[in-house]
Amino acid sequence: MFEVTMPSLGADMEEGTLIDWLVEVGDSVEKGEAIAEVDTQKSALEIEAWSAGIVRKLLVEPGETVAVGTPIALFSAEDEAAEELPAEQPASTATATASVQADEPPAPEPTVSQTADADAAPTIQTQSQPTGKPGRARVSPAARKLAGERGIDLTGLKGSGPGGAITLADVEQAGEPRASDTPSEMRQAIAATMSRANRDIPHYYLGTQISLQHATIWLESTNATLPMAQRIVMPTLLIKAVALALEKFPEMNGFYVDDGFRQGSGIHVGVAVSLRTGGLVAPAIHDANRLSLERLNQALTDLVARSRGGGLKRAEFADPTITITNLGDQGVDTVFGVIYPPQVALVSFGNIAVRPLVQDGELRALPCVYAGLSADHRVTDGRRGAMFLNKIKSLLQKPEKLARIP
Amino acid sequence: MNQTTVTYREAIKAGLAEALRSDDRVFIMGEDVGRYGGTYAVTMGFLEEFGEARIRDTPLSESGFVGAGIGAAMGGMRPIVEVMTVNFCLLALDQIVNTAATMRHMSGGNFSVPLVIRMATGAGRQLAAQHSHSLEGWLAHIPGIKILTPATVTDGYGMLGAALADPDPVLIFEHVMLYNHKERYDSPEDWQRPVDIEKAAIRREGGDVSLITYGGCLWKALDAAEQLSQEGIQAEVIDLRVLRPLDTRTILDSVVKTNRAVIVEEAWRSGSLSAEIGMQIAERAFYDLDAPIQRVCGAEVPIPYPKHLEDAAVPQVPQILAAVREVMGRHV
Amino acid sequence: MIATTIPFDREKSLALYENMLLIRFFEEKAAELYTRQKIRGFLHLYIGEEAVATGIVAALEPRDGVVATYREHGHALVKGISAASIMAEMYGKQEGCSGGRGGSMHLFSAEKRFFGGHAIVGGHLPVAVGLGLAERMRGGNAVTACFFGEGAIAEGEFHESMNLAALWQVPVLFCCENNRYAMGTALERSESQTDLCAKAASYNVNVMRVDGMDVAAVYQASVEAVGYVRGQGKPMFLELNTYRFRPHSMFDPELYRDKAEVEGWKKHDPIASFGERLREQGYLDDREDRILRDKIAAEIAEAVDFAERGSWEPLERLTTNVYTEVGS
Repeated sequence: MFEVTMPSLGADMEEGTLIDWLVEVGDSVEKGEAIAEVDTQKSALEIEAWSAGIVRKLLVEPGETVAVGTPIALFSAEDEAAEELPAEQPASTATATASVQADEPPAPEPTVSQTADADAAPTIQTQSQPTGKPGRARVSPAARKLAGERGIDLTGLKGSGPGGAITLADVEQAGEPRASDTPSEMRQAIAATMSRANRDIPHYYLGTQISLQHATIWLESTNATLPMAQRIVMPTLLIKAVALALEKFPEMNGFYVDDGFRQGSGIHVGVAVSLRTGGLVAPAIHDANRLSLERLNQALTDLVARSRGGGLKRAEFADPTITITNLGDQGVDTVFGVIYPPQVALVSFGNIAVRPLVQDGELRALPCVYAGLSADHRVTDGRRGAMFLNKIKSLLQKPEKLARIP
Repeated sequence: MNQTTVTYREAIKAGLAEALRSDDRVFIMGEDVGRYGGTYAVTMGFLEEFGEARIRDTPLSESGFVGAGIGAAMGGMRPIVEVMTVNFCLLALDQIVNTAATMRHMSGGNFSVPLVIRMATGAGRQLAAQHSHSLEGWLAHIPGIKILTPATVTDGYGMLGAALADPDPVLIFEHVMLYNHKERYDSPEDWQRPVDIEKAAIRREGGDVSLITYGGCLWKALDAAEQLSQEGIQAEVIDLRVLRPLDTRTILDSVVKTNRAVIVEEAWRSGSLSAEIGMQIAERAFYDLDAPIQRVCGAEVPIPYPKHLEDAAVPQVPQILAAVREVMGRHV
Repeated sequence: MIATTIPFDREKSLALYENMLLIRFFEEKAAELYTRQKIRGFLHLYIGEEAVATGIVAALEPRDGVVATYREHGHALVKGISAASIMAEMYGKQEGCSGGRGGSMHLFSAEKRFFGGHAIVGGHLPVAVGLGLAERMRGGNAVTACFFGEGAIAEGEFHESMNLAALWQVPVLFCCENNRYAMGTALERSESQTDLCAKAASYNVNVMRVDGMDVAAVYQASVEAVGYVRGQGKPMFLELNTYRFRPHSMFDPELYRDKAEVEGWKKHDPIASFGERLREQGYLDDREDRILRDKIAAEIAEAVDFAERGSWEPLERLTTNVYTEVGS
C-alpha cells in the first residue's frame, strides 16, 4: 500500500484544489497515467501516477483544497493483496501539515539587524542636517561617549562643531581641571561621581596580606648605589606589580560602557592623590607596565608634585584604565575603595608594617602590606579577582623581575 | 640623478607589455586594440610586437567577446579584455554579472574565471552622456568579481600583474582624465614594481579629517588637502584602490583617528559606493564620529556635454574644501 | 517513419539505447521527486529529446568539452557525470557535482569537461566560443559542443557568437535543439526566418539539419560534424529537430500546444522506436531489454539513495566559493 500525495508542481505552489478524480477505487492504473485534475494558482494540471497500482481509497473530495504533500489517495501494487486499509487518515483536510521533510537543511539563526527607520526622505542635494528633537543637545557621538566615560555633564557646554554641535575638543576642555576649581566644586564633583559609582557598579571586595621581605631587601641593595634623588620607593614597586599583573588580567583594565566591557588601549594606572586643599585627583601614569622602575619612580614623584601644585596635563587627568590608592602613609591597615567609573577595578594598599606571618611553617616577623581589590561584578567575578591579587603578590616576591624593562 | 617623467598611460602600457612578454597565455582582445592602437592609445605598437593572435581586434560585440574572454579563461588562457568605455560594458553585463561573477560559486568550485577586463571610466573629456559615467561603484555591488581603480603610475603598472595572477575575474577601471597624468621617478624600478590588490593606500597622512576617495578624484583630494594644510587642517587622504572587496579596515582606522570623514566620488550620490562607505562608518565607527559624515559626489544628471556643466556635474576641489570645512566646524 | 537498418554494430547500438534509457529513467524519477519536494526550484525535463544529447556526446572524446543549457541532466549523464552526483546536486546536497550550490540548472564537472549548466538563454554561447578560442591558441584540437534551444537564436549573443566563431575559426560544434517552443512561444511566432540553418549559414558556417528523434541519425551526423570541427578547426552548426514530451518546466499547464500534437510526437519516441529497430536487427530481445532496464532502474535507485544520504553544507560555509580561496 502506498500514498499518493498532493504534488508540488512548481517552486511557488503551496496547495492545490482537487477538481476531479480521473480514476475510481478498484481501477488499475498505469505508471504515468493521469489520476486526477488539480487546480493550482496558475491553471488546472493533471496529477500522474508515479508507479502502476490499484486505487484503494480516495482521501480527498473534489473541491477540497489541501497543502502540498497531503496524502490524497491510497494505492496498492498490482500484485499486493488487498490488505486492510489503514485506519482513517487524518490527512484529507487542508489543516494537515504538509510534507515535513525528515532532514531539513539547517536554518540560519535570525541575525539581529537593527536598521533604524531614519528619516526616509532622501536628501539628495542638500547636505544640511535635520534639526533634531527639541531639548536634545547636539553632541557628536564621539563627544557624547567621552563625556559619559568621564562623567561630564553636557548641559551648558557650548559646542564648536558643525551646527554648534559639542565635539570631542569641547568635552576635553570641559574635563580639564581649571584653576578656578574651588574645593567645594571639587567636592561636588567627587560626590556626584562616587554616588554614581555606588549606585551603578555592583562592587565586590577581596583582600590579602603580602610579604614585602624580598622587596624590602632588594630595594635596600638597589638604592644603596643610587643618589638620593633617584632612590626607588616602595609604592613604585607596588604600581609596577599591579601594572604587570594587568597584562595577564586585561578584564581588570578598562571601562564599562554601553552595557559592556571595553578593554583599555594601554595600561594607564591612575594614582589617587589627596590634595592638601581637600579633595582628590587620580591622574594617570601612561603605559606603566612598560616603564622602567627608574622612570616609573620619577613619573610618580612628578605626578604627586604636579597634582598638588596644579600642573597636570589634560591627558594624564583623563584616561586611567584602573586606579591605585595607597593610604599607607595615613596609618590604616586595609582599604576597600569605591571604583572610579567607568573603570572596573581599584587596587588599594594599606601601611607597610612588620607583622607576624607564618612562612614555611614558621612564625616570622616580616614587613607586610594588605592589598585590597574592589572590582566590578558585571565584568569579573571573585575567582578572577583572587587570581589577580595573587598575581600581584607573586610578582612582589621577585622584585628583580619588576626591574626588568620589557 | 636625473628624474624622468612617466604618464599613467605609459605605465599601463608597460604593465600590459610586461604581461604579454612574460606569459604566453596572456592575450589582449577588444575593439580597435590592434591596428588602431587602442582608443586611448594604450596598446599602440603592440600588434607589431605580439602579432594578431595575441592583440585581437574584435567586432562590436561586447557580450560576445567578454563571454569569449570568460570561456578562454576557463580554457586555460589569461585574457585581458578591453572594453572601450564603461558605458559599453553594459552590453556585456550579462556576461560579467551572470556568468563571470557566478561561475566559481554555481559550479561549486569546479571552475574559476581568471579574466581581466579593462575599461575607461569617468568624465572630463566632454564625451557627453554615453561615454562619461562612473559605473565602477555600481559593479562593486556584485560578489564574485573584483574591482580595481588605479589612480597612480605605480598602480597603473602594477595592478595589471596582480589582476592577472588572481584566479577570479578582475575589472580594472582607468579614469580618462588620468591617462596624461604625470609622475616623476628616478628610475623605472621605482614605479615598475609589484603592488597588492587588497589594501587601500594612505596617500597623505593627517589627523583632522579622513578624505576617502579613489580614481580620478584622488588628485583633486590631494590638492584640497594641500590647501587645507595651509589653514591648519591636516587631512588624511585615503585612495581606496580596490572597490571590491573594500578595505574597510583602513577606512575605519583612519576615521577612528581623525573622528571625521568626507567621501569623494565622481559617481552619482544616491545608492553609490560612497553611501556604502558612509554606512560602514556609521555602523562600525559611530561613537568615534565627531561630525556628520559628508559626501562630495556627482550631480544627479547624465554627464552634459558643455565644459562648464560637465565640470559642475562632478566633484571639484572647492567642493571638497567646503565639505571639509563644514565637518571641521569652520564656517567661511 | 520508416525504420532503416542501424549502420553500426550491436555494442555501439546498445550503448546508445542504454544512455537514452538512463536519461529517461533519471528524469522520470526526478519528476517524481520534484512532486515530493525533494527537488526544488525549477526542473526542466529533457524527456523526448534524449536522442540528441546521446547521439552527439557519443561522437565526442573525453577531452572534448560540453557547454549546455538549464535542460542539461541528459548531457551531463552521457558526458560521464554520475547519476548519483547529479541527483545529489538536485537535492542541494554538498556531495552534488556542483557542491549543491547550483541545483538542476547548474551542473558542472571540471574532470568530465562539462562546463555547465547555464540558465540565461544564449549566455553560454560566447563562453563556448572562448573555450574554442583557447583551444585554438594553445594549439590543441579538442572540440567544444555547445547545446542551446531554438529560442536562443532570437538572442543577440547567438549572432555575436556565430560571427566570432566563424571570424576566428574556432573548433566549436553548435548544436541547436529545435524543440519548436521557447517555453510557450512557437518558432513561427518568434522568428521572421524560421529556417535556422539559413541563419547560421549566413555567418559562413557549415550547417547540417538532422532528425533529432533518431539517435542513429544524430550519432552518424555527429561523427561527421565532430570530425569536421576537429579536423578543420572550424565551427559547425547542427539543427536537431526534436520535441519535448513534457511541459517546459514542472509548473506549466501547456496552454500553448494541443494535446494531439504532443501525442503525435510521442509516437516517434526516440527510445521506443530505436528499441524496435534493435529488436528487428536482432540486437536486443525482450529478456535483455528487461535486464537492461532493471539495471538502469537500480542505478537510479542508488543515485536517489546517495542523494538521500548526502549532507547539507554547513551554514558557516555560506560565503565560500564566491572567490577562489587561498590554497584551493
